[in-house]
Amino acid sequence: MHIPDGYLSPQTAGGMWALVVPAWYWAGHQLKRTLSARQAPLVAIAAAFTFVIMMFNIPLPGGTTGHAVGGVVIAIVIGPWAAVIAITVALVIQAIFFGDGGILAIGANSFNIGFICPVVGYYAYRFLSGGAATDSPRRWLAAGAGAWLGLNAAALFTAIEFGLQGELFTAGDGSALYSPYGLATAIPAMMVPHMLVVGTIEAVTTSLIYVFMIKTNPGLLDNYANLKSQAVGGYKLRPLITGIVLLLVCTPLGLLATGTAWGEWGTEEIGNEIGYVPEGMEKFARRWEGFLPEYAFPGSQKAVVAEGGDAGSEDKGIAAFEAVVSTEETPVSLEGVAESTPAYLISGVLGLLLVVGVALMTIRVLAGKSRDKEQLD
Amino acid sequence: MTDESSTPDWMTGNGDGGCQCLSAGHTRRESAIQKSVIGMSHAIRNSLFSERVASRPGLLQETDPRVKTAGLLGLLVATSFLRNWYIILAIYGLTLVMASASSISLLFFIKRVWLFVPVFAGIIALPSLFNIFRPGDPLFTIWDFGRELSLGPLSFGTTLAVTHQGLKGAVVLILRVATSVSLAVLWALTTHWADLLKALRVFLVPRIFLLILSMTYRYIFLILGLATDMFTARTSRMVGSSSPREDRRFVASSMATLLGKSHTLSEDVYSAMISRGYTGEPLTIHRFKTATGDWLWLGAIILFGIAATGSDRLLG
Repeated sequence: MHIPDGYLSPQTAGGMWALVVPAWYWAGHQLKRTLSARQAPLVAIAAAFTFVIMMFNIPLPGGTTGHAVGGVVIAIVIGPWAAVIAITVALVIQAIFFGDGGILAIGANSFNIGFICPVVGYYAYRFLSGGAATDSPRRWLAAGAGAWLGLNAAALFTAIEFGLQGELFTAGDGSALYSPYGLATAIPAMMVPHMLVVGTIEAVTTSLIYVFMIKTNPGLLDNYANLKSQAVGGYKLRPLITGIVLLLVCTPLGLLATGTAWGEWGTEEIGNEIGYVPEGMEKFARRWEGFLPEYAFPGSQKAVVAEGGDAGSEDKGIAAFEAVVSTEETPVSLEGVAESTPAYLISGVLGLLLVVGVALMTIRVLAGKSRDKEQLD
Repeated sequence: MTDESSTPDWMTGNGDGGCQCLSAGHTRRESAIQKSVIGMSHAIRNSLFSERVASRPGLLQETDPRVKTAGLLGLLVATSFLRNWYIILAIYGLTLVMASASSISLLFFIKRVWLFVPVFAGIIALPSLFNIFRPGDPLFTIWDFGRELSLGPLSFGTTLAVTHQGLKGAVVLILRVATSVSLAVLWALTTHWADLLKALRVFLVPRIFLLILSMTYRYIFLILGLATDMFTARTSRMVGSSSPREDRRFVASSMATLLGKSHTLSEDVYSAMISRGYTGEPLTIHRFKTATGDWLWLGAIILFGIAATGSDRLLG
């Protein structure tokens, strides 16, 4: 499941970095609260443990062997957020030293295996185990089920990232530039073996580890609960996050609006409005194009028109374009809005995460600088 | 550190003579434990080998780690943007030049890159050559069905052909993967782990993350040692064979034991750190100095990158 470099377009790889940086930041914040100075040795040794158990071969019926990630077990013992950082560190070392997974793809791999797998798995385990006692069968069954769910959620994200390459990134003659299969091939090709074999190994191994720990080291299973009860400080982010999610959900409302915001005209609209396009504007207009032009996927009808259109799809494209972002008083087509909504939402999420990521990095750098200064003083 | 891990040769299959009980007769059943031991011993050998290559005199070894990291990662990003396979091939050629200038045997370098990842990429790309998986202009037809072939709702068309687009896509994918892996291998092989971590500090990677990375790398070897000891203890007490079911239980219980041991270890390390004055704020010392050669190298790489992306845009 480790994605090597070359399979993902730089746009996707960059987008995955933008998704995973806020997750790391949040995980770091949680670690500071629960572990404080203890975080470095605990997380480092958990990461080393993760790295080593990923190398264990597990015998399968039929004579072959498989591997486990152990994300849920680690999350149960040291907490889901410490597990996020520990698995990420193990992935970074695998990528740099052992060529297992790409360097640019560290963002994607950390998001899928390092974030989705332990977080989905751990919360599924919590939900399924309810209030059952630590040593009850319900607990180890829930741990196994959580491991299965976490691993398959990670595989699904990986499959979607692969599938988007085949759908979106092709050369002019239709040949693939990165991973060549579309979503319809990538999702079943990834999910069937993961749901049947890989997920099952993960589930069985997790349950067996859990049962063994009940017998030999039950204290470790309550370790995270104890750490959490000692946690200090913290502030409530829930209202802020709810607000941001609400705003995100509302972004496609913009598609219903007709007309262009004052001063944000494209060269074409300027031409229509004032009769000519100023020379400088014409010259610089095509210098930079975003990787989701017009908030649509590259290659979709809307983007094709935005890029100037090609002969074959021009008429159809213009019709869709007019329906969706009409500058005239034509009625808004609901179909057009429905078609553009996913790309609009993804643009919104990516944009927001990018902004949050940059803001957090800036704060980090500035805070780091002032701290350095204090130390010098 | 010595060159050899403490694992006995007869367990990794490298020994001659002695007890061959693991490989004779019950290979299928015992292979899981043996495979793990071989994998772990390879990991240790690999990293020791990297440190040795990083100590040799050579172009990349003598380049400032920060400048080298920026240059090689820049090339990696440029490679991911390229569309024309000739240009990707040119960057691959550059990695070969850099490898031989850094006293890395070309045969070793090519084998290390091509034996693993691009072969794997080739298997993944193989079905995409054919029109039934990815439509395109036929380059040569393998089989004319004579009629439209369909299986339930799936239609496979009237011919099975290798397409022009499929072939081009596969070549681009394999070359891109090989070039990216080559750049990553060059970076990791020619830089000492400690320098690599310090170089990452320049790229705004938080200090605490680097501290965790460096501790992880150190403790991987300790935990690998614990794991191989557990396996050695088990195999040396084995008479006859065990069932896969029993082996699964053994592997899972080893993982649980290792988790317990790791946790105790982390508590001990924490106490040791606190007693030595650690407050939760890691501090690092920078001792890098750039020389003219570093900037010349970086300048050359930037020029090469710009030339590659520029000609890629022109050639399309």
